[in-house]
Amino acid sequence: MPTLGRALILLALAVALYGIGAALVGGWRGRRDLVDSGRRSVYAMAVLTSAAFLLLELAFLRDDFSWEVVSTHSSTTTPLFYKVAAAWSSQEGSLLLWVWLLSLWSSLVLFLTRKRLRDVVPYATAVLLGFGAFFCALLAFLESPFTVLAAVPQEGTGLNPLLRHPSMMIHPPMLYSGYTLFAVPFAFAVGALIRRRVDADWIAATRRFGLGAWLLLGTGILLGARWSYAELGWGGYWAWDPVENASLLPWLTGTAFLHSVMLQEKRGMLKMWNASLVLATGTLCILGTFLVRSGVLDSIHAFGASTLGVPFVSLIGLMIAGSVALVVSRRDTLRSEHRLDSLLSREAMFVGNNIVLVGLAFVVFWGTFFPLIAEALTGDRKSVGPPWFDKYTVPLALVLVLLSGIGPVIAWRRATWRNARRAFAVPVGSALVTVVGCVAFGIAEHVSATLMFAAAAFVIGTVAQEFWRGTGARRAMTGEAAPLAVITLVRRNRRRYGGYLVHLGIALLFVGVAASTAFQDERDVRLSPGQTTRIGDYDVKYVRATGGLDFDAGGRLEKIDLGAVLDVRRDGEPVAVLRPSYGLYPSRDVQNLGPLGRFFEGETTSEIGLKAGVLRDVWTAVSPDTQALRPIVEKGDKAFMADLPKMSPEQASTSLTLAVTALTQRYARRPPPATFRLITSPMVAWIWIGALITFGGGIIALWPAPDAARRRASARAAARVAQDLGRA
Amino acid sequence: MWIVGTPLRAGPQAAEDAHASEREGLEAARDAKYREIRELEMDHRTGKLSDEDFRALDRQLRAEAVAILRELDGLH
Amino acid sequence: MSYCVEAMDPARKRTVRLIVALSAAVLLAVALAYTSFSASSEATTPRKLASSATVGATYQLTGRVQKGSYTRRGNVHDFRVVERSGGTASVPVRYVGTVPDPFREGREVIVTVRKGEDGTFVGEKDSLITKCPSKFTKSDS
Repeated sequence: MPTLGRALILLALAVALYGIGAALVGGWRGRRDLVDSGRRSVYAMAVLTSAAFLLLELAFLRDDFSWEVVSTHSSTTTPLFYKVAAAWSSQEGSLLLWVWLLSLWSSLVLFLTRKRLRDVVPYATAVLLGFGAFFCALLAFLESPFTVLAAVPQEGTGLNPLLRHPSMMIHPPMLYSGYTLFAVPFAFAVGALIRRRVDADWIAATRRFGLGAWLLLGTGILLGARWSYAELGWGGYWAWDPVENASLLPWLTGTAFLHSVMLQEKRGMLKMWNASLVLATGTLCILGTFLVRSGVLDSIHAFGASTLGVPFVSLIGLMIAGSVALVVSRRDTLRSEHRLDSLLSREAMFVGNNIVLVGLAFVVFWGTFFPLIAEALTGDRKSVGPPWFDKYTVPLALVLVLLSGIGPVIAWRRATWRNARRAFAVPVGSALVTVVGCVAFGIAEHVSATLMFAAAAFVIGTVAQEFWRGTGARRAMTGEAAPLAVITLVRRNRRRYGGYLVHLGIALLFVGVAASTAFQDERDVRLSPGQTTRIGDYDVKYVRATGGLDFDAGGRLEKIDLGAVLDVRRDGEPVAVLRPSYGLYPSRDVQNLGPLGRFFEGETTSEIGLKAGVLRDVWTAVSPDTQALRPIVEKGDKAFMADLPKMSPEQASTSLTLAVTALTQRYARRPPPATFRLITSPMVAWIWIGALITFGGGIIALWPAPDAARRRASARAAARVAQDLGRA
Repeated sequence: MWIVGTPLRAGPQAAEDAHASEREGLEAARDAKYREIRELEMDHRTGKLSDEDFRALDRQLRAEAVAILRELDGLH
Repeated sequence: MSYCVEAMDPARKRTVRLIVALSAAVLLAVALAYTSFSASSEATTPRKLASSATVGATYQLTGRVQKGSYTRRGNVHDFRVVERSGGTASVPVRYVGTVPDPFREGREVIVTVRKGEDGTFVGEKDSLITKCPSKFTKSDS
């Protein structure tokens, strides 16, 4: 089986290399048969990598420990759901996932554009196949998931318990989908620049795929944040960790592109800037992919030193050099057709938005790569922490949110102050009311939070007003009832109103971020059962300890749960009963840890006790003092060392389980004091709500206008223009 | 092999006439222009543009659309 | 000649705009560079720290938790950090608060520490990071 997998990858590599040649020659000589053949190579690569990926999944599902990746990343005790996800927890498996998703997305895109952009597509195909060939080569020669072990182990290491979270199933595929789909606008930009064709058709295709990639990458990032909040015993959702930053970078430049490309679409402006943004975004995606697996920077996402450094750095270097060469050599094609008419126009707002977004990306880039920059300049490796990031990102985010409110209500080309006043009355009013409210509630000393609330209120006011006025205009025109008018309004103007919803979602998300950052109460406290502590407005009582054992389907011990029951009250009123717990997964290291000790010294995870609310989350985690059990465990180890050789395997397993059960029960009855992390965080829920709204808005904007409606609209507009023509 | 090879069996095929891509580009530009006209109307109806500004811009956009249409006609 | 200002040559206007934009970018870059150097903590290893460290200065220490060195009293965690790749040099670290789940003897950690009067390096709140052992690494067993 592994041999078959390796053969599939080699075949995919061969097909990709052939396809590059076919597409390039086809594009060069204007031979459609060769171009079609090149496109079909992408389909073939998708089929081959799908088969290879399926083989890998099957190996995981069958617990085939003769595969090295399976034995090091799964075990018979790993639940089925996580066996599927374990396939991409390894370096090799995640690379295969990457190339698989790349080939799927590329196939979809090339299928959709098979009758369009005929002169650009050959080169885009070649670029996409180039990425495919690169990753296939890595899989074939450097990091093969199809390595066979000479000695087949009985049992595998298992999936790291920290990765056992439902997000593991969806977060990496989403993130990789975003990364790989951003390769598509990159490829199309290269093709367009080669053919000197950056026209409306190219924009339409690039914008749509860029928006899809943006949506997937954003979802991936958000799922990562949610995972961190709900699974890691830390209580935060963002840490400015290099790997998080790496995924944020292309998202920021992608956001900038989605805005500035509208200027090119409508006014023929910023062509060079847009081309550079797309190329930079694609390059940053590869950089992000590389960063996760390089060990170049220290991150919580552990990396092994790997052999991938040289090929990746070469690829990134090639991408940068090629991009610069293309943009510079095509600068005459990329010349602007118009200039900014007025600073009070939507164009100017978009330029502002781009400056802020690229500024943000630059700040994040600088902070992330600062250790390397500092080492290059001074010889010492230095790094900056979250406070440094916050210093720059907070004001930039404020301006960004504000612009997302101003932009939509300002007209293209030139707006007049009179209209602007009319448009801004409601939003400015709601922002002022918010500031007054903050002062009244005595929270105005948190200046940046207050400003963010005001900016968000401004955006909400804008979006509400836009919907209100749009619905009004629609009703005046058609006499539709209000609810129907809203629906048709959005349906007829998907991009516009989808975009407004995205702005609304982002504003709400930032409200959540600002509130939970500024008004969070956090305490690490040590409690014994019966003791009560205070966090924020809440009294938290450690009622009792719990101890439980989880067994897998085969009856083997999967983990020990040592938990706590917490009674949360506010002003004496019960709010919630939370049950945070601490999972201990047995280690396989009997030699060093002892037959009994291995159950208590393996991997651990926190299960969070969370009371989520629209206004406030109460977040709790427990970390029991397992050291207190150590003397008993050590005594037990000695006894077992002496007795185990005399027992049959079944007896040994039974008596070990009995001992672990007894110890766990003992912990629940007479627990030593445990350490708790208690957090009350206001409005965190709005981060997830805002993200959902953003996602929904993105889907609406992305949804293709039905062909019939588009034709009807075009026909009507054509008739009107024709009428005009007659008059002229 | 079969998937990849199929288009080649038909023998060499030239791309369609050189104007095809130009026409596609112009058609896309035309559609974008129509959309812009519609959006301008929307902006006017939701009160973002004064009547004079709307009339001036609308006339300009239509002229641009007409120019695109003429170019398209020239290709046929 | 006052009309010259109004009808400024477009090329010159563009140059002016370019200069303004470039100087803003340079300004941001200088600010970033300046603040990042002053706010950064030096990444260092136990060996370097053991031989030279200033009392009161902060360092970002990367290394491995020495086997057999970890003790815990409630919230207070004491351990020694050794070189990542082995070696004998080690420094004592005291960390108050909750340690991350994967924290274990023998694991790789990154922690921001300040050298105290008594020679112990005190970890800053929430600065301790433990690397997950299995994600994207070849097994070393």
